[in-house]
Amino acid sequence: MSELEGMTAKQKLAYYQEKMYQDALDGKAKGELVCWSSSIAPCEFCEVMGIHMIYPENHAAAVGAKHGALAMIELAERRGYSLDICSYARINLAYMDLLVEEAKTGVTPKELEECPGPRIPLPDVIITCNNICNTLLKWYENLAVELNIPYIIIDVPYVHHWPIPEYTKEYIADQFEYAIKQLEDLCGKPFDRQKFIEVQEQCQRSVNAWDRAMGMACTVPSPLNGFDMFNFMALIVCARAKYAAEDTFNTLADELEAKAARGEDAFKGGEKFRIAWEGIACWPYLSHTYKSLKSLGCNMVGSTYPGAWSIHYTVGNMKEMGAGYCKMYSNTCLDHKVDVISDVLTSTSSTGITYHLNRSCKLMSFLNVETAEIVKERTGVPYVSFDGDQTDPRNFSPAQFDTRVQALAEIMEQNKK
Amino acid sequence: MYTMGIDIGSASSKVVILKDGNDIVAGEVIQFGTGSSGPQRALEAAFEKSGLSFADMTKVVATGYGRFSVEQADKQISEISCHAKGIHFMVPTARTIIDIGGQDAKAIKLDKRGTVSQFFMNDKCAAGTGRFLEVMSRVLEVPLDQMAEYDSRATEVVSVSSTCTVFAESEVISHLSNEIPKENIIAGVHASVASKACGLAYRTGLEEDIVMSGGVAQNAGVVRAISRELQKNVIVAPNPQIIGALGAALFAYDEAMKAQ
Repeated sequence: MSELEGMTAKQKLAYYQEKMYQDALDGKAKGELVCWSSSIAPCEFCEVMGIHMIYPENHAAAVGAKHGALAMIELAERRGYSLDICSYARINLAYMDLLVEEAKTGVTPKELEECPGPRIPLPDVIITCNNICNTLLKWYENLAVELNIPYIIIDVPYVHHWPIPEYTKEYIADQFEYAIKQLEDLCGKPFDRQKFIEVQEQCQRSVNAWDRAMGMACTVPSPLNGFDMFNFMALIVCARAKYAAEDTFNTLADELEAKAARGEDAFKGGEKFRIAWEGIACWPYLSHTYKSLKSLGCNMVGSTYPGAWSIHYTVGNMKEMGAGYCKMYSNTCLDHKVDVISDVLTSTSSTGITYHLNRSCKLMSFLNVETAEIVKERTGVPYVSFDGDQTDPRNFSPAQFDTRVQALAEIMEQNKK
Repeated sequence: MYTMGIDIGSASSKVVILKDGNDIVAGEVIQFGTGSSGPQRALEAAFEKSGLSFADMTKVVATGYGRFSVEQADKQISEISCHAKGIHFMVPTARTIIDIGGQDAKAIKLDKRGTVSQFFMNDKCAAGTGRFLEVMSRVLEVPLDQMAEYDSRATEVVSVSSTCTVFAESEVISHLSNEIPKENIIAGVHASVASKACGLAYRTGLEEDIVMSGGVAQNAGVVRAISRELQKNVIVAPNPQIIGALGAALFAYDEAMKAQ
């Protein structure tokens, strides 16, 4: 670990991300198993079995942030996938097709060669948890059927009334046991229960470090800007079960605490307004959205995103772990979603909020019109909505975004008076 | 003291020169928007009318889609705040604004001070905006400025229900080929625009007075359709197309006073 000594959190983030992709590629070449997993599916089981994990949503976001989304999306659409399907799915399904073509012909297709995102190996098994959406079920089923590989599903019921009922926890815990059985069959070896405890302990340490770092956004002024939050999120998705996440987030928290102690903020004294951002980032326009907000002195300190991976449970307790993977607000009733967003606004002292009406994510977006109005009624915090997409660059208008956030800043300014 | 507001929209450019934050000495509109000769021509028209020049302007505020392209501007302010400011100046009793421009439709809720308490805008779609009317005017071979007159002669409001401008265009062509009178189709086109704008307006809570601004407010057919849909009286702001520029000029005046 000596090469990590003295690295900043940002350097560690880059190092660990690259290492994980490389380890998966190397492992695949040696005949080790690779799993493609949805972003908030339990990672604990595959970690115990020594299976390399790749997260298609995370990978698609990286392709989008590096401006490679359109080539993949157009390829998917040429192959018949509708533009109404989630853009992460379109990117990933096109990418899978390219990997298959490469594996069959031995020739790397031009689109794959030119794709700016990290290279990933084809999977041997698929795991999905429908706690964040149900598009995943068909998207991942498509992968499993096309590749003729096992498909493990953790079906998480929608929480119509908060809190999560006992029978839901039991239902999920039973599926965890069945997933373990499926992995034992696939790997041809028993599931190591002692290692499972250790992996769960690591997950909890990673989540605690994540909470500690992200909690710094509550400091006024904030040493953390929310767009960094979006970037660091990659590790809580991909490396929750590894020391890499704990290490990086603790380094980040140390840096932010030191910055706050020196009285510094993310905008070098320019934090005029504190706002929240509801929804997924517009990855192809990450820089534009960041700069547009920064030019108005708006630091995005509040997001429901960090909380989504704040999955706490008592180690060894399967029902609690089930509840942890069930509580994502997108899987819960409107009342709970409103509670979560209102808490974000209060805890981060945000005086405005932007709602991303994401063409790709109907589940998160369709409720936003109602959510926004109830949150405004409860907190008095003004909001704006803008049209966009997590990775399809055709669904976002920079000028429309700029007008809306400028008007929000003007309302926040007027509310100060 | 003279201040200037420049509103550069997608379809037109508007300039207002204000004397002492109160008297409009020039309010010019050129029907070409950002990226065209419109902004320059609107400025020239305003200077010609007032006999003034940039040197006479204490402060200049730009608004609209092209607000960042005005080199002479001291400040850029969003069209939402500018419309609120302009309407409050013209109609102090206004609590709800429906503004329909070239590519934007918005509904703004005002408080008693005339400041924005909430606003809603159309999504990334031209339906329900001035551009939608332009497309229909071309298909119907009826000039934009005659559409209200046609609407007034309608005996029936024909349904134009597609949310997409391109699909709505096909719908209108289909009505034409079925020999439905243009008057009735135009009333349907206006009802379609009204329905989109009212969808936004309902979300404000619809406190009266309800005032319309923007280029489309000059079309009495759309105003009638909105009033019918909301079942409320709708006031058209005087010279509705210059309201954004007027608001900008008023903000410029505030800036000038702050600087003194």
